[in-house]
Amino acid sequence: MINRAPLSLLYLNVLAIATCGLIYELLAGTLASYVLGDSVTQFSFVIGVYLSAMGVGAWLSQYIQSNLARYFIEIELGLALIGGVSAPVLFLAFPWIDWFRPMLFGMVFSIGVLVGLELPLLMRILKEYLDFGDLVSRVLTFDYIGALLASLLFPILFVPYLGLVRTSLLFGMLNALVAWWSTYLLRPLLSSRGLERLRWRAILVTFLLGVGFFKADQLTTLAEENALGGKIIYTTHSPYQRIAITQKRLGFQLFLNGHLQFNSVDEYRYHEALVHPAMLGNDPPRHVLVMGGGDGLAVRECLKYSSIESLSLVDLDPAMTQLSKNFEPLNRLNQSAFSDPRVKVINEDAFVWIGKPGPQYDAVIIDFPDPGSYSVGKLYTTRFFKLLQKRLKPAALVSVQCTSPLVAPKSYWCIVRTLEAAGFHVRPYHAPVPSFGIWGFALASMSEFDSTPVRFDRVRGELRFLTNDVLQGLFELPADLQPMDSEINRLDNQALVHYYDSEWNRSD
Amino acid sequence: MIGCGPRVIPLQGELLGPDIGLGHRLRDSHSLVPSHTDWQEIPVVIVGGGIAGLSAGWRLQQAGFHDFVLLELEDQFGGTSRSGITGSFQYPWAAHYITTPMPENLPLIQLLQEMGVVEEVSADGVPVVAEHFLCREPEERIFCDGVWSEGLYPGAGASRDDLQQKSEFDASMSTWAQKRDAQGRRFFSLPIATGSDDSEVIALDNESMLSWMNRQGWTSPRLYWYVEYGCRDDYGLPLDRTSAWAGILYFAARMRTASKDSQDVITWPSGNGHIVQHLTSRLSDQLRSGQLVCQIVPPQNQDELFGTTVVAYDKQRQQPIGFRTDRVIFALPQFLAPHVIQDFKVRTGRSTADFQYSSWLVANVHLRGRPQENGFPLCWDNILYGSQSLGYVVSTHQSGNDYGPSVFTWYYPFTDISPMQSREKLLQLGWADWADLVLADLSLAHPDIRSLVTRVDIMRWGHAMIQPYPGFVWGPTRKAAAISDGTIHFANTDLSGIALLEEAFYHGVRAADEVLLARAS
Repeated sequence: MINRAPLSLLYLNVLAIATCGLIYELLAGTLASYVLGDSVTQFSFVIGVYLSAMGVGAWLSQYIQSNLARYFIEIELGLALIGGVSAPVLFLAFPWIDWFRPMLFGMVFSIGVLVGLELPLLMRILKEYLDFGDLVSRVLTFDYIGALLASLLFPILFVPYLGLVRTSLLFGMLNALVAWWSTYLLRPLLSSRGLERLRWRAILVTFLLGVGFFKADQLTTLAEENALGGKIIYTTHSPYQRIAITQKRLGFQLFLNGHLQFNSVDEYRYHEALVHPAMLGNDPPRHVLVMGGGDGLAVRECLKYSSIESLSLVDLDPAMTQLSKNFEPLNRLNQSAFSDPRVKVINEDAFVWIGKPGPQYDAVIIDFPDPGSYSVGKLYTTRFFKLLQKRLKPAALVSVQCTSPLVAPKSYWCIVRTLEAAGFHVRPYHAPVPSFGIWGFALASMSEFDSTPVRFDRVRGELRFLTNDVLQGLFELPADLQPMDSEINRLDNQALVHYYDSEWNRSD
Repeated sequence: MIGCGPRVIPLQGELLGPDIGLGHRLRDSHSLVPSHTDWQEIPVVIVGGGIAGLSAGWRLQQAGFHDFVLLELEDQFGGTSRSGITGSFQYPWAAHYITTPMPENLPLIQLLQEMGVVEEVSADGVPVVAEHFLCREPEERIFCDGVWSEGLYPGAGASRDDLQQKSEFDASMSTWAQKRDAQGRRFFSLPIATGSDDSEVIALDNESMLSWMNRQGWTSPRLYWYVEYGCRDDYGLPLDRTSAWAGILYFAARMRTASKDSQDVITWPSGNGHIVQHLTSRLSDQLRSGQLVCQIVPPQNQDELFGTTVVAYDKQRQQPIGFRTDRVIFALPQFLAPHVIQDFKVRTGRSTADFQYSSWLVANVHLRGRPQENGFPLCWDNILYGSQSLGYVVSTHQSGNDYGPSVFTWYYPFTDISPMQSREKLLQLGWADWADLVLADLSLAHPDIRSLVTRVDIMRWGHAMIQPYPGFVWGPTRKAAAISDGTIHFANTDLSGIALLEEAFYHGVRAADEVLLARAS
């Protein structure tokens, strides 16, 4: 009978399952805070759902009348599987943010129900051998000790040394081992039918989770690659944005906050179209300003003119500009633009920088991210463009990247109309960039200009996309890119952000 | 309330307040007599360097009259519109915005034009405000159920009935905003002197906003909260102690057309301190700070040249000085009149007991970085649903600075206890108690805020705002108080029964016009 096995071993079971249960709860709370932010809310929701699910489990336990030990082991196995894979699965679910919440709370609920079933079952198994007072006091003591262990070890040991994914898998393995071991411990209470199968299943679950444990690194990378669609070769978190570089067979890609900035395969089309119209239209430019474009690719195009004496690059994020200099594939791609002595890097919010007094430029290239947030939207306002005018020589040309006129026509024409409202003469143009689709730009100047005189002989080095004829063609707007009216984007309405939001959401 | 949560108080901070020590000296300073060399003759003396006093000076100077001095108790001008500066950060210490004036408010439009804030005035008199002085989008958000959402109304989780009542309320306010009296005046307008005194409007002053709302059948807790937020924000009063007239004014006076929500907000990183900076730079020759005005004595004979005397205590020289003058503009809070003007009660028969004031606490919280966010991004105005505070205003918002260090200006009106009790509490509690309250409140929405705070400075305002409680604004006391006492003219926002820059400015200009008129005759 069971009393041949020391009762203390059963208490060890209680300790182990209590620790596992609390670890799963902490994992879910932490993950939710990572992904959704606002840790207070996430933790209280997770704890609330978990505790109430435990109540559900305890209530359900009354319906289990026979085969208590068998059910107990099955529940342990289920818990091992769901709890063990909870963190990796939630990480993988990260890109599908709409599904993240139902998935998270579904998991927390199932784990809670199973944990809620465990203790009542175990207590009923033990009640044959102890009086009620002893039983409750001892089981609960070990339960609480387990909880204490979990809550101390989780932040001190497991999160820093193992990480969330491995911690989750490790405790899943522990749960599975408890199940396997219980087949021996509770042997007298188990019928021998299917016992071997049960043992093998416990071993299989342990093994699978163990494989996950050792492959956890690949798993984490896989999670982000799922979102970005390529193998991640570099990633960092700056105070301003998440920077990631992915690699595909033919080239590499830069993502800021999950948005593609360029693909090395066809970025030359984008950057040639962005830069050269502003550089070719006037006398040879000597002083040039590039705003945004911390990847240095627009700078590379600018430096193809020997007339340049100085080039200022204003980009918010030092992590980005340093990456462009120090990350070798990118440094190669921008032809070491940041090592050129004429190039000066200014890491500042362009809106704040443009408001300060400073020199005037012959040409300005504006390569800000798309206006998906208010903090970027302000860089496309009449206020910003008027401040820019103070930094322009009379005939200076300005080129602006303006998102896709095909996907987001309202946004595109909003930028063009805003430039006009600020007093610019504007010529809209576009270029096909396979990675982006049809892309829109605007060429603007405070002086009137009609056609772009082309002096390609000024360009040192090769152009792979632009020729004289191609350049003229970019200014011809096809029937599906025709002008439309739009609100003017101002600081006090941020109309562009609203257009952009609705147009790109619709297209997703 | 105070002291809950971990007590991780930042290292630095200061507890500030109007010069209480010097102010209380007023009580025993009537015997001060300047030596005969410390007297000077000057045609006009303005007493008080808040918006009302500065506006009076501005108006005099505009009329080509420069022969006056302006005496201010504090070292800093501006009263409750003052601002602070630390390094490159400017931040308000109290009042922090105005709404674009209606075409009727010509003097204010003129001032804003002079400041370059109004760029032009259209043919129908509508001022066009320069883009960068209008509050930048996103303007306001509310923290409710763990998430920030856009706007001031806690719409997330509202029931159909809540929303129905909200839209009824909005429609009602829009109707009030459209109403004109027989003389063509708007029912509700700023300054209130340009609005109507029609009996239908005045009748609203006889009951509280709460009882008026209940009579309309509006009992939604969310609507209560939304409207009360406005009352606490502009008057420092809860719903049941705000006059319904004032409660409606908050919404209706700022709507020009039915199609538009509200007049656009004009603001600066330093709040209304920006207007103070402009006015003080215009008036620098006439301004004298650190002057405690102890006594104003009206002339024996009205026609006597330089017959009115003003005695002040010069903080720096630690000596009394005296002015013989023709006209005084009294631009201090009205409750000080009996303390400063000789025989005020006996001669005028007026009491100032009806002038009741709300107390406020304002904290400037200096941060090394921005806190974590959940939901709608950081706005200019950030409100916590259910909190007793009014939330915070981000001083760097208007400068377009979206990253890194910032200063949050946090507001807390004492609405739950009487004015006397709140002033006692203001004096009793220390910096650490207040800082703890500020951070506990901010932690509700930003659990990580304590790790980002570098400094918390706290300002105690004992008499921050005149209270438009039921019956006060359209009662007899307020009206009588604005009438000049012989050579002494009154100018302060109290005379409107509500504390707004627009009102202080109006009374300053009005008092200056009275003085100019008296001098011309």
